[in-house]
Amino acid sequence: MKFIDEYRDTELAKKLVKRIERLSTRPTRLMEFCGGHTVGIMKNGLRQLLPPTVEMLSGPGCPVCVTANADIDKAIALANLSDVIITTFGDMMKVPGSYSSLQQARAQGGDIRIVYSTQDALQIARDNSAKSVIFIGIGFETTAPTIAASILQAKAEKIGNFYVLCLLKLCPPVMKALLDLGEIKLDGIVCPGHVSAIIGSHPYEFIPSNYGIACVVSGFESLDILLSVAMLVEQIETGNPRVEIAYRRGVKPEGNIKALELMEKVYETDKADWRGIGEIPGSGLKLKKEYEKFDANLSFNFTVKPVQEAKGCICGEILRGVKTPADCKLFRKVCIPENPVGPCMVSSEGACSAYYMYGDGL
Amino acid sequence: MNETILLAHGSGSKLSHDLIEKKLLRPLNNQLLAKLDDSAVFDLKGKLAFTTDSYVVSPLFFPGGDIGKLAVCGTVNDLAMSGAVPMYLSLSLIIEEGLLLSELDKIINSIKIAAEEAEIKIITGDTKVVNRGSADRLFINTAGIGIVPKGIDISGANARAGDKVILSGNIGDHGIAVMSQREGLKFSVPVQSDCAPLNKLVAQMLEVSPKIHSLRDPTRGGLATTLNEIAKQSDVGIRIYEDRIPVNDGVRGACELLGFDALYVANEGKLIAIVDAEDADKILNKMKQHLYGGNSAIIGEITPEHKGKVVMKTRLGASRIVDMLSGELLPRIC
Repeated sequence: MKFIDEYRDTELAKKLVKRIERLSTRPTRLMEFCGGHTVGIMKNGLRQLLPPTVEMLSGPGCPVCVTANADIDKAIALANLSDVIITTFGDMMKVPGSYSSLQQARAQGGDIRIVYSTQDALQIARDNSAKSVIFIGIGFETTAPTIAASILQAKAEKIGNFYVLCLLKLCPPVMKALLDLGEIKLDGIVCPGHVSAIIGSHPYEFIPSNYGIACVVSGFESLDILLSVAMLVEQIETGNPRVEIAYRRGVKPEGNIKALELMEKVYETDKADWRGIGEIPGSGLKLKKEYEKFDANLSFNFTVKPVQEAKGCICGEILRGVKTPADCKLFRKVCIPENPVGPCMVSSEGACSAYYMYGDGL
Repeated sequence: MNETILLAHGSGSKLSHDLIEKKLLRPLNNQLLAKLDDSAVFDLKGKLAFTTDSYVVSPLFFPGGDIGKLAVCGTVNDLAMSGAVPMYLSLSLIIEEGLLLSELDKIINSIKIAAEEAEIKIITGDTKVVNRGSADRLFINTAGIGIVPKGIDISGANARAGDKVILSGNIGDHGIAVMSQREGLKFSVPVQSDCAPLNKLVAQMLEVSPKIHSLRDPTRGGLATTLNEIAKQSDVGIRIYEDRIPVNDGVRGACELLGFDALYVANEGKLIAIVDAEDADKILNKMKQHLYGGNSAIIGEITPEHKGKVVMKTRLGASRIVDMLSGELLPRIC
């Protein structure tokens, strides 16, 4: 298929693997930031192809996985209100909160609908003017612009029954927080692809300059990832860490100016609660005062029971790169895709799900 | 013109009789059905196969088929996967009041055409009408009965190390065709459901070789799930090769967009055959000559290693586990 097969070419992949083997002389630890990268690596068996000197760790780049229990509890509480329709991306349905999941809330009568874009959610709002339609706004910089656009559109069309539960998070601040924690020693980061399509590559400049860590923005196909690894290894071996873009067909250094303007218009930064990491100042987005009538947080009265974390689940450590799914006592035993204990097993981009689905170390 | 099904159509009244007479009996007529006794009475000799399935697909009409065609093909294929020659079918309709009679006509016509192609007779049936909201427009149940020819022993438990795995064509067409019509997700893909009766393809395969050990149609859960079922049932390993599995570009594109893996997307007109390695080429060649097997390929083999598991060699030469589908968020597809 055009524009896909070119990035999965077997011969080119073999050449890249050879290049990595040739370049890599010492143990090198890389983190693939995105869940999409983890899936690409596992699905294509890339870990088996890399030389033993190159270690790949999964990072926190899965929006569903880093959503805190408290926020899921909030979404469920909203779903239990009468005359409310919850609209959400499908991945959120099965994520267990403290007591329940959106899927269970739906079975108990909540009107919860899966949508593929915020435009679908807006349409549901237009079609159901007697009800309040709340979109569960999760994601990173990738989804933030389209959610902003839906809010602007709702304002322009005077759609008074559309709300967003804004749980948006930002990538560079969590990268900084992880590096500041100092739990893991990294040599390089495979930086987010789609996030960078929006924010560009400049926001990562602090990583090589303050921490001496190599950065390459990567796409999600097998060749994208292998090329990024090769570029990272080259930077590390030559002692010249910097920010480079391997994903040139998707990312410009300055990002997507239009999308950034949309975000600037609608949101301001706020603290955000990250699963496994905790509260990070300036790592979230909330609606500006001008748009607060679309903010589900401020527009509904609901109560949420105290948060409870699942016992034994190490999703937090896995998201920080400190542990791998294989280190978890629940993995494959209690925690399976049909009965996920933590979010990393739920989301298709979660590290546990990817390790479970595609197996590791056959 | 917009005549609809009313609750009264299911009340046993004259209206019910009219509906059965004009809308069902007339198009589907045969001697056994026409008797309209409480049960169809017939003679069958030999080893019999008996199966049932309910069809709740939404939407009722999709590119390449509708619920009627599906209700015939699905049950015919279940019989065919046991090596049985399909003989008779029951047809039970649960209709939500308000269904357009013109839509019912269209669906019954599809049933008629599919049954004719599969050479199976509908010999008994039932019609119920339920209140609005109690069903989603139309649910269909069919049960089928067929005769298993002498000497045929096909089961998911019969796969043996060394056997070859044959797939009868492109995967994922049905699931993507249905999904493309789903409310809130309409997208235009040049993909038609592959919904088709496979009994004649199976008959031709059995003609060239009786050494077919397992047959399965990879419906819900797709190729991956069906192979896992066989691996577990037969307690063998299965190795498949990514670059040998045919997927058409429309399906690949849709899968890329939606984040699906075509290995898990439903088919309604494909089969997997586990056959003796000796006869694999012979069977494959025969399949390729058939309308529903043109793109058949040997996609892997049965191994004594990694029992109960399916492992795929990726394009890049690495291996990965192909697990069963675990409750993905798909619409009702069959």
